[in-house]
Amino acid sequence: MAGGVARRPLMVLDRVSKIYGSGEIAVHALRGIDFRVEGGDFVAIMGSSGSGKSTLMNIVGCLDVPTTGRYLLEGIDVMLLDDFELSFIRNRKIGLVFQSFNLIPRTALQRNIELPLVYQRVGRVERRARAREAAELVGLGDRLHHTPAELSGGQQQRAAIARAIVTDPAIVLADEPTGNLDSVSTGEVLDIFRKLNAAGRTIVIITHEHDVAAQAKRVIRLADGALVSDERATREPGSSTTNQVREFRPAALDR
Amino acid sequence: MSFAESFRMALQGVLANRLRSLLTLLGITIGVASVIILVAVGHGSAVAVEKQIEGLGTNMLTIQAGGRFFGRAPAKSTSFTFLTLKDVRALQDRNAAPDIKTVTPVVNVASATATRGSASESPGTVIGTTPAYAEARKESVAEGTFVTPEDESNHARVVVVGPTVAQNLFGGADPIGQTIQLNGATLTVEGVLTSKGTNGLEDQDDIVILPLTTAQDLLVGESGELDQIIVEATSPGSVNSAESEATAILLPTHQASDGSAAFTILNQSSLLQATSSNNHTFTVLLAAVAAISLLVGGIGVMNIMLVTVTERTREIGIRKAIGARKSDVLGQFLTEAVLLSILGGIVGVAAGLVGSRFKIVGVQPVVQAYAVFLAFGVGVAVGLFFGIYPANRAASLRPIEALRYE
Repeated sequence: MAGGVARRPLMVLDRVSKIYGSGEIAVHALRGIDFRVEGGDFVAIMGSSGSGKSTLMNIVGCLDVPTTGRYLLEGIDVMLLDDFELSFIRNRKIGLVFQSFNLIPRTALQRNIELPLVYQRVGRVERRARAREAAELVGLGDRLHHTPAELSGGQQQRAAIARAIVTDPAIVLADEPTGNLDSVSTGEVLDIFRKLNAAGRTIVIITHEHDVAAQAKRVIRLADGALVSDERATREPGSSTTNQVREFRPAALDR
Repeated sequence: MSFAESFRMALQGVLANRLRSLLTLLGITIGVASVIILVAVGHGSAVAVEKQIEGLGTNMLTIQAGGRFFGRAPAKSTSFTFLTLKDVRALQDRNAAPDIKTVTPVVNVASATATRGSASESPGTVIGTTPAYAEARKESVAEGTFVTPEDESNHARVVVVGPTVAQNLFGGADPIGQTIQLNGATLTVEGVLTSKGTNGLEDQDDIVILPLTTAQDLLVGESGELDQIIVEATSPGSVNSAESEATAILLPTHQASDGSAAFTILNQSSLLQATSSNNHTFTVLLAAVAAISLLVGGIGVMNIMLVTVTERTREIGIRKAIGARKSDVLGQFLTEAVLLSILGGIVGVAAGLVGSRFKIVGVQPVVQAYAVFLAFGVGVAVGLFFGIYPANRAASLRPIEALRYE
């Protein structure tokens, strides 16, 4: 880490393997992945399709558990948790952003964004205020009463990011967040991630696009389920943003 | 997740597909409504039958010759000892039978034809009896007089007719003082009975009543044999003691070869009991049929909930990925199933109450409060029961697989 100040690692993957099936037909999706992520980092995990990115995402997102190895999130060994405790971790510690947005259809953005808080049993008034705050942060403060179908893809993904950060999680985990977006929307979404990171939030993006990875401070490459490189960006992140992206400046982001 | 939130999500689920929700709750609605209506019909018919029996008089006993042939005069055979006027006089003994108020002998005339000029009809009932019959059977005359004691002693050739007979033979004309032919015998009409209407089985106004002596002279022969003796107890409370007194009086002279009574005493109150237990069975049977439709409604709820869970697999995956617990998802879908059945139950209760206001197959339904609560409660319980499996299926979905579902 620059400056050499040792920070407590947020995420530790210790020889994580994932094997689907067994015997002859066993598929080694991950083969002993080792890395750690400190708080405040912006990591891109890259790899072509079949490299084990999605499996890694599922494990890091606490949607799945490794076959062997350990995964510590804020020092907690996720493998030791039961279903109930995993729900708690997913709800409080992780904000997930998906390629296909995964907003609940026919449901207003307000409701979509506040949903993680519903499962935390946060009161209605507080929920409302925090959902609005998160929506304003991604520039959707005026769209709270629209349903996902009434929004563009970029707006839907920004809403999904608002939902991911509304619980103030330790880490925002995004799986190909720009995979379904055009270049303008991609710029908008990346801009938000950069702003969030600048505000101190830890971000891990899984992607196969070099443009997206170029925004990160650190790039981890996977191939065939193994870690092949782990580099810290040499140039200032974000320098490659296009002019179109620069035009997009939601007021909330410039606070 | 609080109940209010579960309810909110469930309501949203129900409203998301209105037509389908409507059809699903219709199943519960029909079940609940049919339980309410059919139980009401069962009770309504019980009430109607009880009213008829009470109309016959709850302090009445009917004595017939022959052993226990429930409700019907037995076929005559040599082993029977007949009831006669001697028995009537014995029953009238105030000392031996202090609880008996009146005793009325009755002879039935089988297949009689009444004619007047070209008009002719076969009355449903033709009987010979004494003046006491009017009180025993609650008959009264609309005009003229009933059979009098003088008619009785004079073997008077007079007749009292029911309104149906009067209408059929005389049209609108006044029948009093006119003559009719009954199986060829000429009789003078001295009274027309007050209409009693139908008892559900037969027209009670289609009746001809003669003095007992006249009927024996002209129509049934002078064997002295009576078909029935109607005994009126002094009060409804003394019916049972009147019955045992009558048995004590008749038994010595009317014994079958095996020593059992060669006569049958029909007690109106025991008849009432037998009828109401029959009606109870009938009601339970109707309710059981209705309960089956409720069950079918529940299966409908289960079916739709399974479809809903499959359709919303992805949504369930999203909810779990952002931290919904198993119990949260279970609660949401269970609440949705129960909500459907509660809505169906409410509409069903309303439909049942409205439907019970109309006469159904001639019976005025009598709504039973217990049936309403039971039907509603069972309807909701059925929704809950059949909602458990689909909700559990939703709650047990693994988030990665659910998210991958298209």
